[in-house]
Amino acid sequence: MELHELKIHELNDLLKKKEVSAVDVTKAYLKRINEVEPKVDALICKTEDFALKKAEEADKMIKDGNINDLTGIPVIIKDNMCTENIRTTCASKMLEDFVPPYNATVVENLNSLGAVMVGKANLDEFAMGSSTENSAFKTTKNPWDLERVPGGSSGGSAASVAADECAFSLGSDTGGSIRQPASLCGVVGMKPTYGLVSRYGLVAFASSLDQIGPITKDVTDCAIVLNAIAGHDPKDSTSVDKMRKKDYKEFLKEDIKGMKIGYAKEFFRQGLDEGVKRSIEASLKIFEELGAEIREVSLKYIDYALAAYYIVSSAEASSNLARYDGIRYGYAAEKYEDLIDMYMVSRSEGFGKEVKRRIMLGTYALSSGYYDAYYNKALKVRTLIKQDYEKAFQNVDVIVGPTSPTVAFKIGERVEDPLAMYLADVYTVPVNIAGLPGLSMPCGLSDGLPVGLQIVGKHFDEGTILNAAYAFEKALSFTAKPSFKGGAR
Amino acid sequence: MNYEAVIGLEVHAELLTKTKIFCNCTTEFGGEPNTHVCPVCLGLPGTLPVLNKKVVEYAVKAGLALNCEISKFSKMDRKNYFYPDLPKAYQISQYDLPLCKNGYVEIETSDGVKKKIGLTRIHIEEDAGKLMHENVDGSLVDYNRTGVPLIEIVSEPDMRTPEEAYLYLTKLKSVLEYSEVSDCKMQEGSLRVDTNVSVRPVGSKEFGTKIELKNLNSFKAVQKALEYEIKRQIKLLENGETIVQETRRWNEQKGITEAMRSKEEAHDYRYFPDPDLVPIIVSDEWKEEIRKSLPEMPEHKKERFVAQYGIPEYDASVITASKPLADFFEKCVLEYSSAKTVSNWIMGEMMRLLKETGKEVEEVLIKPHQMASLLNLIDNGTITGSIAKTVFEEMFATGKNPEEIVDEKGLKQLSNEDELRKIALKVIEDNPKSVEDYKNGKDKAIGFLVGQIMKATKGKANPQLANKILLEELSK
Ligand SMILES: [Zn+2]
Repeated sequence: MELHELKIHELNDLLKKKEVSAVDVTKAYLKRINEVEPKVDALICKTEDFALKKAEEADKMIKDGNINDLTGIPVIIKDNMCTENIRTTCASKMLEDFVPPYNATVVENLNSLGAVMVGKANLDEFAMGSSTENSAFKTTKNPWDLERVPGGSSGGSAASVAADECAFSLGSDTGGSIRQPASLCGVVGMKPTYGLVSRYGLVAFASSLDQIGPITKDVTDCAIVLNAIAGHDPKDSTSVDKMRKKDYKEFLKEDIKGMKIGYAKEFFRQGLDEGVKRSIEASLKIFEELGAEIREVSLKYIDYALAAYYIVSSAEASSNLARYDGIRYGYAAEKYEDLIDMYMVSRSEGFGKEVKRRIMLGTYALSSGYYDAYYNKALKVRTLIKQDYEKAFQNVDVIVGPTSPTVAFKIGERVEDPLAMYLADVYTVPVNIAGLPGLSMPCGLSDGLPVGLQIVGKHFDEGTILNAAYAFEKALSFTAKPSFKGGAR
Repeated sequence: MNYEAVIGLEVHAELLTKTKIFCNCTTEFGGEPNTHVCPVCLGLPGTLPVLNKKVVEYAVKAGLALNCEISKFSKMDRKNYFYPDLPKAYQISQYDLPLCKNGYVEIETSDGVKKKIGLTRIHIEEDAGKLMHENVDGSLVDYNRTGVPLIEIVSEPDMRTPEEAYLYLTKLKSVLEYSEVSDCKMQEGSLRVDTNVSVRPVGSKEFGTKIELKNLNSFKAVQKALEYEIKRQIKLLENGETIVQETRRWNEQKGITEAMRSKEEAHDYRYFPDPDLVPIIVSDEWKEEIRKSLPEMPEHKKERFVAQYGIPEYDASVITASKPLADFFEKCVLEYSSAKTVSNWIMGEMMRLLKETGKEVEEVLIKPHQMASLLNLIDNGTITGSIAKTVFEEMFATGKNPEEIVDEKGLKQLSNEDELRKIALKVIEDNPKSVEDYKNGKDKAIGFLVGQIMKATKGKANPQLANKILLEELSK
């Protein structure tokens, strides 16, 4: 097996035994990036020199006996997380030349463990989208079929893991932006409970929904990365500080006998692809065979989730993105008449279509006279959906279902139809609305493309999700790999 | 028809916390432009605010000192608008759930009437930066002030005259200084005042059209601007014209208010709860802890000064209006037993010199023990009262000990009988007219002759002794 095909825990074994060095590993991945990147376009930038320097530092840590789970492991970071002295663009013309003078807390965490960043991943501009087609720089291709999207907004992160350009990546998830691309690319992606992982240094899209999480090749790696990034950060007031630090690896057990697994009947209605449906139903059978108890639950208000999501997230985005005015940093208009004109030209030219659509939507929803009808009502829906889940979780330990209603769709297919695009997130959005943890993992293929199974847990109960996911992974043993078929190049 | 004015005030005061409201940058005034900044207060992408607990503490302190209810639960909201001095394009403020509400300030008008001015609310928020237009092509922005904590104190429209507004502001400033939450320096912008004013026929219950006044750089300016604006509005109404709701700017040079912007240009700030921050919870225990830390307020201090030191109520209210002045008084009294004498000196010489030099009490160089020494020099006859005033001026200017000044300048009182008698005889010889007046029963002439002795001794003669010797000589 090639080094780039290995999982974190497998690379870690080799590094521990000193069979390979971190520099060897990094070079192997950089080589892999050079091979597949022309086909996949997962990266906005490759950080070769930085990576080799970090790999040397990792080797020194290993030599000094300070190796931990992530020392010397190559990682790709979604390009909406700030990296000190390394350009952070959010895939926007607006921030094309923005170089942050600080690291996001998660980047800081990975650095201190000796992880090696080899590149920064493409995304939909400011994480708004479900296909990476909204990137100002490039469209990432799905390694399973280069004519299809990898999902989004963390499409670059998910595709880079699927294409073995790194051992793992970090994505951010506001309405499904980790889980949906993980599903479409056949990898494992987790959105932790809101407040578990620091948002400091994550360029905000919708602050009350955004959460950073791991994208990995298996469930064990997911637990390893979660260990590295979870925990209180005094720089983020919304990060929870009363939690005892857990070792998520302890939940990686095959035994799920007696676990109560719910499925929401609302998730199996129209709009769900037959192939996806079959895989999910087969997955429920596997859980049953593993000794879990399958129960039906009801999420009554789920139909309103998408509408509430687009109001709340756009409202917050309209305010979060107001700072990009061309005055201190970022794209600035060259010709303008006065201050107002400068704002208008800079923002009209610096932002892409979808970003502008959401800024307008959000501004409208917060305007006086409309606030109660939209924003306030959306907050009420949010409360109702939270209560839906609370009720459901009185009877079950986790809720499983499809991550996405379809497998990867064709590039260009939904670009002109924002509503069809928004429907890609119909199963993931409610989880963000309720602030719950959710994981997507491959559960089969439909037409040769991966199907994602979503497992949702109680607040801060990532452990139970990992337990269920690990048992399922062992039982299913999904071994298919992307073929890089199709594509013009 | 008789009209009355309806005045409400909005006061912004910077809090004296060491660091800014959402980051660890210093709040110090001055500093080279853009040196008191960090990624958080510059609102760089990905940064997050973390509320400084001291800001809540100070604001609650102000609220308690101003008789407010303290909210157990409040939150921060975003006020969205574009301006180059606002790096996030929203100001983090409080909208519908302010930290403090329903307080009051009690004022006493010149005719001795006491009146309570209601406070609608006090909320916390961040300050913006400063635009600089001088000596540059275009404008520059200094973000040092961005994120300095402010409290906004909104009064009820309870004031009816510009004088009441002036008294309200004076009292408010004194309470904020007393509670040590703000230094209230208008010239450094740590206290800023906006006012709303309308007029209506006396007896009417409805409010007239409200005009907002800006660019008020002193309490006197507030008073003058209101006086002008009230006259302007009454004149408009008398001429049958209508008043348009607008913001007007006080032009200090011309002594008039000028239109700035009308209501049509008013912003829709699209307030909504800031999702980056968590609710502010003030528990009863914390509130009581803060209450205990509150220093004595002006009214209590005034009452105590009257009771404890036996000074007149008027003296006590003048001295306690300024906390530093009251502190100076009390320290002097510790060193010198006659409180009334101390208060006379503070209210007389000290306040005169403060006014003349424009100095703040904190800048006065005289130490309380030096003040006591000076008064002792008068009591033990070393210097005369009039010389003491000269010595005081010198102390005020240099901070030197009074004994030193007396020695250096040879200001000791002349109490040598022989020497004084010689001078008295010379004065009698030189002023035959006054001597005759005296002998003809005009007692007042003696005062003139004593004055001549003082003049001859440059004020150093012991006045009682000079008087005694004169009488002796004249009765010979
Ligand atoms: Zn700062």
